[in-house]
Amino acid sequence: MMRPYIYALGFVFLASGALSAEPAQRIVSAGGSITEIIYALGQEHRLVARDSTSNHPAEVSELPSVGYVRRLSAEGLLSVNPDLILTEEGAGPPETLEVLAETQIPLVSVPMGHDREAVITKIRTVAIALDMPEEGEELAARIGAAIDAASEQSDLAEKRVLFVLSIQGARVLAGGSNTASQGIIEMAGAINAVEGFEGYKPLGDEAIITAAPDVILMMDAGTAMYVTDEEVLSHPAIAATPAGQNKRVLRMDGMLLLGFSVRTGQAIIDLAAGLRGANG
Amino acid sequence: MVDNTGGAVRLDGDRSVTARRLSWLLAFLLFASVIAGLATGAAGTSLWQAMADLVNGRSLALRDRVVLWEIRAPRVLMGCLVGAALAVSGAALQGLFRNPLADPGIVGVSAGASLGAVSAIVLGGALAFNAGFAAWLVPISAFIGAWVTTILLYRIATRRGRTSVATMLLAGIALTAMAMSLTGILVYMADDAQLRDFTFWSMGSLAGSNWSKMAVAAPIIVFPLLLTPLLATGLNGLSLGEAAAGHIGIRVQQLKAGAVLIVAASTGAAVAVSGGIGFVGIVVPHLLRLVSGPDHRYLIVNSALLGATLLVSADLISRVIIAPSELPIGIITAVIGAPFFLWILLRQRGVVDL
Repeated sequence: MMRPYIYALGFVFLASGALSAEPAQRIVSAGGSITEIIYALGQEHRLVARDSTSNHPAEVSELPSVGYVRRLSAEGLLSVNPDLILTEEGAGPPETLEVLAETQIPLVSVPMGHDREAVITKIRTVAIALDMPEEGEELAARIGAAIDAASEQSDLAEKRVLFVLSIQGARVLAGGSNTASQGIIEMAGAINAVEGFEGYKPLGDEAIITAAPDVILMMDAGTAMYVTDEEVLSHPAIAATPAGQNKRVLRMDGMLLLGFSVRTGQAIIDLAAGLRGANG
Repeated sequence: MVDNTGGAVRLDGDRSVTARRLSWLLAFLLFASVIAGLATGAAGTSLWQAMADLVNGRSLALRDRVVLWEIRAPRVLMGCLVGAALAVSGAALQGLFRNPLADPGIVGVSAGASLGAVSAIVLGGALAFNAGFAAWLVPISAFIGAWVTTILLYRIATRRGRTSVATMLLAGIALTAMAMSLTGILVYMADDAQLRDFTFWSMGSLAGSNWSKMAVAAPIIVFPLLLTPLLATGLNGLSLGEAAAGHIGIRVQQLKAGAVLIVAASTGAAVAVSGGIGFVGIVVPHLLRLVSGPDHRYLIVNSALLGATLLVSADLISRVIIAPSELPIGIITAVIGAPFFLWILLRQRGVVDL
């Protein structure tokens, strides 16, 4: 809804940031994947605050949190005295952005996406904003190579994977097309078992059976709505699928799996290994 | 028993003196909370320092000016308006329905505003509005949703120039259910980001307050509120029952229409700019009745003062409790307000039976 606006702001600020002589020294990172890139560039000493999705590496949680990226608080941001704010695309609300524009604190909106190109673009954008483009190119090349190496396997082409975001009662919330889960599943060379809807949606029992997943992919413990593997497998529809019959539930860290950042190569390797292990 | 003081006849149980004293106390509390709201915040900008600078003719630093004038001032003022609107609407509706459970939600305002907001959040992206208008889409749409639902409800409940309060209560439940099911359809269609936007909207916040929003919302909230005292004697009479109220010369139909229009406009606008802030509308009038009685002449004014104080204080807590992040204000009003209200009820159980 507000995307063109935010792109425009990001562009203007990026331009003005590039013109200023001093590289930013007090950075707010609003986005888990951005924070990981800042750490990978060795620039964590320049961070003064993070958002609620930044949880890797563990020590980042010692920084104050500015909350959720779409609900940034104007006074909260100003209170940490930043000279640069890096956000995932979709930062808001617009009223906060207006206040930031007035105080002339540069805000860079980092484009998101669920493929190799998106990871490279993220790294480049963050590196340029941090005024270290060469290091950024180097990191981008390294991460790109890691993703390429990890994506090489072709033995999982028949593997149907169902990503389950959560199960509430008997309702299964699954990842459809145009999601981070589909992106990483396809990068690992496997197939997203459900198609035909966008985003994360509740999936009916019959649709689950029709999807016939070989593996159920879920996020690790630590999320609020934790359900055990036994509960997942005892779901009547899941129990009727190949994954249910062979008891294949694969768990991975959410930020690693879906972050699309510097650890994505590792995520592909772990996912592929997990899927192979689940192969039995 | 009659007590003659200063020529005026006071009946036993008359609590108008208490109520008037309470008004002064509440006005003071509101003033204090407004000052606290302006002086406190995550950024640590000092109101006193800024005032001293202004008096001495020094210009303020850009950051301090933005924090005080662009962030805190519109928020505090908006908090006053929204709190007053919710509390006064609650008082008026409880009087109109002669039902202690009435709050703005009962005439479909909340459900209608939710439907309007979620429509704008989910469908607004498809309509390519220019950037300046995008920020206005949600509040405008929420206001239209609230207004249309309430007016529709009033039309449904009115036949041959007479509005049935019972029909309004029941049709309100039906309309709310309908609006919620439409909201459900849109929530299903929403993507992840839109879903989160709507969740946060429904928890309420004054964070989006700025002067341009204030310029649009303030007249729609304030003018109806200024008219509410005119309803007071009518609402007092209505407590005898509709027929009796008619016999003592109260124009019941005009009273109903007036109350519904006032609530639709002021609460509709309040909810549109702040999202769903529960609890204030239902609890503030009850607290005041416990202290100073059910006379609407005082209840309405005092509700406005206490509602405003409560919301400005709750917003202050929401801004500083997890700084530099913010807690939605609806959570605070419920977490602090609900147990407090229960405690009052339990303490007074022997004395007052609502």
